[in-house]
Amino acid sequence: MVERSRYYLDFEKPIIELEQKITELEGLAKKEKLDFKEEIKILQSRLKNLKESIFANLTPWQRVQLARHPERPKPLQLASFIFEDFLLLHGDRLYGDDQAIIGGLAKIENEGIVFIGHQKGKSIKENLSRNFGMAHPEGYRKASRLMSLAEKFKKPVVTFIDTPGAYPGIQAEERGQAEAIAANLEKMARLETPILVIVTGEGGSGGALGIGVGDRILMLENAIYSVISPEGCAAILWKNQEKVEEAAEALRLTSQDLMKLGLIEEIIPEPLGGAHKDIEQTAINIKQAIIRNLSELKDLTLPELLEKRYEKYRRIGKFKRK
Amino acid sequence: MGWFERTYNRIKRSKKKVDIPDGLWTKCIKCGEIIYNKKLEENLRVCPQCGYHFYIGARKRLEITLDKDSFREYDSVITSDNPLNFPHYEEKLEKSRKETGLDEAAIIGEGRIGGKSIVVGVTDYGFMRGSMASVVGERITEAVEKAIEKRYPLLIISGSGGGARMQEGMISLMQMAKTSAAIARLKRERLLYLSLLTHATMAGVMASFASQGDIILAEPGALLGFTGPRVIKQTIRQQLPPGFQSSEFLFKHGMIDLIVKRDEIRPTLIKILNLILPGF
Ligand SMILES: [Zn+2]
Repeated sequence: MVERSRYYLDFEKPIIELEQKITELEGLAKKEKLDFKEEIKILQSRLKNLKESIFANLTPWQRVQLARHPERPKPLQLASFIFEDFLLLHGDRLYGDDQAIIGGLAKIENEGIVFIGHQKGKSIKENLSRNFGMAHPEGYRKASRLMSLAEKFKKPVVTFIDTPGAYPGIQAEERGQAEAIAANLEKMARLETPILVIVTGEGGSGGALGIGVGDRILMLENAIYSVISPEGCAAILWKNQEKVEEAAEALRLTSQDLMKLGLIEEIIPEPLGGAHKDIEQTAINIKQAIIRNLSELKDLTLPELLEKRYEKYRRIGKFKRK
Repeated sequence: MGWFERTYNRIKRSKKKVDIPDGLWTKCIKCGEIIYNKKLEENLRVCPQCGYHFYIGARKRLEITLDKDSFREYDSVITSDNPLNFPHYEEKLEKSRKETGLDEAAIIGEGRIGGKSIVVGVTDYGFMRGSMASVVGERITEAVEKAIEKRYPLLIISGSGGGARMQEGMISLMQMAKTSAAIARLKRERLLYLSLLTHATMAGVMASFASQGDIILAEPGALLGFTGPRVIKQTIRQQLPPGFQSSEFLFKHGMIDLIVKRDEIRPTLIKILNLILPGF
């Protein structure tokens, strides 16, 4: 069944139109009891080709749009497919309960883990309470508290990244946005349990990194991860916010680019047409990646794990020798 | 980001404007006082009238912080590449090299403060606004590792308004994780890490090693924070409160231990080292 999308990107338009045509034809066949099997088969194969040709040649900016797609599955939704059991926990024990970062206990293949993720909203209303997935310091401090819990009970940590960035606001600064992120970087570097990081949507700079240091960094195929938004980069570099396509290109923010740069360990494939076209399949792909990576990390002794984590980051950097 | 650019340009421009006629005088950015340059230098580039702390480069900073002639710079064989082939990056690097006489935005080495050996790193706001990319991240990490190896205390003086340097993309962002991992090791070894914040220290640097000091000091009136004020203003569409993101603002909110005037920094560091280090 092809569901009618409520929202689509410009480059998705021909796909959506063809999908609608197929739906109409199927409806007509049913209603009029006519046999359109051959016609539908032809259209479906045309649809597959169309998707393949569009998605084989995505530009970095198109991937940015996919990563931010309003219908893209968000961490909580993915978690509901991936984990057999799941309990959200709340609050940083210091100030509040930031809705832009969620976390709690979960089970995958009967193995207990601590799950942490950014959470954007799906509707305007939800986005207001989730602050569009942009966390305040209390979000990072909630994550920190949950990581301590994971460490104490020897549970691996799995984090899902999907944020435009840490929230740029007065209260966020007053409560120490920089300190909260810095503290997490330090903590995650030495946390005595495996950490698996998966960028599922938008990896927005320091706000993403604040729950993003780990033993392995994975990215969904169309996720992005960038030091600055393409809009911000365009404004600085070309003094023109509309040069986003050039900026997206220059920043090397796609999963493919980051794999080539050696900054991530693995790309998790998405269903044809993007994660939002088949959320369940996306979740299955993520689940398999989690199970495999955690079982590999479990084979390491704690000193090995921590040494490898240190070395992984220690090697990052590209320079010339004088 | 433009905001910092403007601040720095203003510093340079105003220096030029007033310096050029006879090179003897500087007009204070804050109070407008015309200061005799020799007097300004003697006063560690702090306005005698209002206490405004002018920018000083990394070399000068080391000179006024460490015991006389005690600094020994660590040889660095690395220099910035352009790993992403980012537009205009080489030109920007070249310009900063010319302006500061430095090869990159960080200098590391060791020296003594009040006779006590210490590893020290400085980031220079004058070099691409002290932003951190591969070389800065690598040098800071090397400094931390040297401190661990020698079991010396570590002092990092940050002037990094540029945060993680855009031109090296995610490689820059990952330097935050790399330096933080090194600091975490240093702390596990129970070695002292002092962080001194100067104008300006923001974003990726403020959200990594600069905020991780066992003790955090700041010069008065420095701009310190995570997101730049211009971006915050654009996002919330409100006037920012006076003094927002200044050292004094952070102090009030419990983010730093002490605000220390430039001429008090050396005695304060000596005092801390004396109070915290064993022996002697
Ligand atoms: Zn003055």
